[in-house]
Amino acid sequence: MNGLKHFFWLACLLTSLAAHAGLEEFDFTKNVAEDRFKDLISEVRCLVCQNQSLADSDAELAQDLRKEVYDLMEKGQSDPEIVSFLVERYGDFVLYNPPVNSSTWLLWFGPFVLLGLGLIILLRTLGKRGKQTEPEFSDQDKSRLQQILGKPKKDEQ
Amino acid sequence: MPRFIRFLLPLFAFLALATLLYRGLSIDPKRVPSPLIGKPAPAFSLPTLENPEIQLSQNDLKNEVSLFNVWATWCVACRHEHPVLMQLAQTGIPIYGLDYKDNLPDARRWLTQFGNPYRANAFDEEGRVGINWGVYGTPETFIVDKKGIIRHKHIGPLTSEVVKNDILPLIKQLQGTDG
Amino acid sequence: MIPELGHFALILALCLAIVQAIFPLIGSLNNTPGWVNLAKPAAMGQFFFLAIAFAALVQSFIANDFSVLYVAQHGNTQLPLVYKISAVWGAHEGSLLLWALILGTWTLAVSLFSRSLPAEMLARVLAIMGMISIGFLSFMLFTSNPFERLIPAALEGGELNPLLQDFGLAIHPPMLYMGYVGLSVAFSFAIAALIGGKLDTAWARWSRPWTLIAWVFLTIGITLGSWWAYYELGWGGWWFWDPVENASFMPWLAGTALIHSLAVTEKRGAFRRWTVLLALMAFSLSLLGTFLVRSGVLTSVHAFASDPERGLFILVFLSVVIGGSLVLYAWRAPDIPKGGGFSMLSRESLLLGNNLLLIVTLAFVLLGTLAPLLYEAMGWGKISVGFPYFNKMFVMLMPLMVLIMAAGPLTRWKQQNPDTLLKNLRLPFIISIVSGIIVALPAISGSLSAGIAVALSVWLLTTLLTSARQRLRNKNLSAIAHDIANRGGRSYYGMWLAHIGIAVFIIGITFVTQFDVEKDIRMSPGQEVSLNDFVFRFEGVEPKKGANYQSQFGTMRVLKNNKEIAILHPEKRTYQVQKKPMTEAGINAGFLRDIYVSLGEPLGKGDWSLRLYYKPFVRWIWLGGLLIAAGGFLAASDPRYRMKVARKFKPGAQSNQSSTVLAGNA
Repeated sequence: MNGLKHFFWLACLLTSLAAHAGLEEFDFTKNVAEDRFKDLISEVRCLVCQNQSLADSDAELAQDLRKEVYDLMEKGQSDPEIVSFLVERYGDFVLYNPPVNSSTWLLWFGPFVLLGLGLIILLRTLGKRGKQTEPEFSDQDKSRLQQILGKPKKDEQ
Repeated sequence: MPRFIRFLLPLFAFLALATLLYRGLSIDPKRVPSPLIGKPAPAFSLPTLENPEIQLSQNDLKNEVSLFNVWATWCVACRHEHPVLMQLAQTGIPIYGLDYKDNLPDARRWLTQFGNPYRANAFDEEGRVGINWGVYGTPETFIVDKKGIIRHKHIGPLTSEVVKNDILPLIKQLQGTDG
Repeated sequence: MIPELGHFALILALCLAIVQAIFPLIGSLNNTPGWVNLAKPAAMGQFFFLAIAFAALVQSFIANDFSVLYVAQHGNTQLPLVYKISAVWGAHEGSLLLWALILGTWTLAVSLFSRSLPAEMLARVLAIMGMISIGFLSFMLFTSNPFERLIPAALEGGELNPLLQDFGLAIHPPMLYMGYVGLSVAFSFAIAALIGGKLDTAWARWSRPWTLIAWVFLTIGITLGSWWAYYELGWGGWWFWDPVENASFMPWLAGTALIHSLAVTEKRGAFRRWTVLLALMAFSLSLLGTFLVRSGVLTSVHAFASDPERGLFILVFLSVVIGGSLVLYAWRAPDIPKGGGFSMLSRESLLLGNNLLLIVTLAFVLLGTLAPLLYEAMGWGKISVGFPYFNKMFVMLMPLMVLIMAAGPLTRWKQQNPDTLLKNLRLPFIISIVSGIIVALPAISGSLSAGIAVALSVWLLTTLLTSARQRLRNKNLSAIAHDIANRGGRSYYGMWLAHIGIAVFIIGITFVTQFDVEKDIRMSPGQEVSLNDFVFRFEGVEPKKGANYQSQFGTMRVLKNNKEIAILHPEKRTYQVQKKPMTEAGINAGFLRDIYVSLGEPLGKGDWSLRLYYKPFVRWIWLGGLLIAAGGFLAASDPRYRMKVARKFKPGAQSNQSSTVLAGNA
């Protein structure tokens, strides 16, 4: 990695360890509910330190965006409105919660389609196995078995 | 024949996965493409660096194909891209700047010291306009067409290669049209 | 000198791995006992040289030899000894050496503890493991040499990342690697069996203990990682669905499906093809994880320095191993005979159902992890998939798994009478629903999630108790002891313990998520703040010096009912070389709750911003993990896996059955 990237990565990694400052600067006593604010910013990705949410990151952009979200909440915007504010500017990548739309149906419904398919295959296999008889011994095996058991040969059951 | 196919399915699934991973090796997972491509440039009105009495707005970017370059004096990579910008300016392409979260005297000194490729520079002290343009890491450069629609965003410093391969061809193409 | 010795030892190890991979395999196909018998000495030799190489690197760190590039990057004279040693596997090159050493260890173990294995089978298993060794050793020698020199030598090392200067994180990679690499044993057994064309119950019985032990290590490794993240990262989280975490969870899921499937194949001879496929999948997912961590393809906190060139090498290696194994599977699997039949309601069918759910879970974890890459590669835009997606999916699938998991032990093999089963399930069902409702009542907790979690856990516990009662009925204490000590008992009790672990785990994750309390606050020295029943008195922060760091050392007294119950010391440390501050949380751990305090920023006049947490039942998460691991270990220790058996190896004989075919039946 070149020097700049290395610095960046390290800065992000180590800032992740600083318990995030900055939240006590916001006033949660009036219009903006603390829990709602925290939940919202923890579901948004910081684009500078991309492994951290907006709640955890100390990057300057994260601080700016936290302030922006706070201001929007104070103005009375709803969660979906704030989310689309961010998505309009930064794209879907900024959301940890991928949107549920036609392009993400694979993500959200794929596993259940797989479950359904698997269930069908499973039930069919079970149906077949139920009717399956035990594997037959060959005559050679049968006589070998008799020898081991020390019994005289019998006719088939 | 169908029976045989069933046992090849895991292999096929794996080959698809391996192809995807191979493609992944040439993708930079950190790069965030802009959702603003094809949309009108976000509105703004900011004082210019040169003269705070004069405002720069998105309308100034219209009528010509122009570049909108986001930079700052604290940004090391911007220093590296500066000569490339100077060269671009000499070709006559209008370059407008967004001085992002910077210090006014520092910014003026910077331009005096290293040269000024910009027609005009908007001073975005708080970074709010940057947020509206989806800026997440300086430097970033936008190509805005004659109608004021954003056509391209380059993330990271401009190099002569990038200019030759990505920027200039697109600008020429846009200049040839009305938009 | 020592680094060169280490380097040379690696080269020798590679040569021996090549011998180990080629000759025994060909020998087993041509019936050449001389070549077959090369496997064991080659494995021993390889281990010997790997140990030397590893020791050389450890010595370089201890001796502060900064003329070795890797040591210069990650070592430091001021590091405490234990971290000088753990720095060996703290980054890419050294961790690969650890991987190779652990692979050598497992190979040695397989060669030493497989007396009941026919020589040709052992030869093939060791040969496959040798091929994997070749891959890792070549990767190291050609692209990631830990012994590369730095001329001129650095004066001081770059220091081990402060995050990694921690005991928990020191042993987390070795545990994980023991798991990842251990799954290669099951993989090699599967390949060897496919080559030989013989996949009988003996194969399942040989594979099972190795697989169980690998899975136990993986469980411990993941549990350790979660526990470490909780106490080290400062905000009390314990799982983030980060791509690298997912990369460890996927082999675990496949491994869990595998150990259950192996149980069926061992006991009833059924599911053979599926079990083989699972064995191939589990290790393939380990390799996939290695790729994801080291190639830079995904953004992750855990990723080693990303390098697409190295990524390409791993991808090619991965493709050869996995692709090759799947070709072999496609070729040989159709010839594997079906096992015993079983009816629609039977333990086999429930285990199949459980396998299905585990695979679907694996699918959504894989999908979610790779989706950003998939979408970008296909030009569908750039999305990110984070914890909301994984949590939602997990919460939907987990209850289904628990429902089946509970019914399993109460269901007979081959055919279960539905009425009997329902009769056994009736009481547990009632007790579970009632417990769930009680807990969900507003007077108790008011949380529907908590109610559901309790209902599921009680469902697991009551069905386990019912099953135990049936098994232990008419047994006195000595008979029970006998049951545990001898063949067949331990896999039951292991299952029992592991399933209890799951119940404990469910309570842990649900309760801490639903009922944790967090407070961000600014405090002055002497100030008191209350949270739930606790009173926190802040006593300020003073500077202190540690071994290789400067600390801002905070003191927080915690009182309950006016009695002091804890003094906590949250810290902010600045390490010598990597200057950015790191938090150490102050934690008062308890069986039923943790109290957790972390320092934020100094705000002037001795005031600090702080975070106070109350985390109920959080320890149950890792307790659950440990119980699961203990259960697996208990099951693996079943004496039937260590039965001494007469072997027959006749050159030229068509098959080499061990006579355990008659004796094995538990």
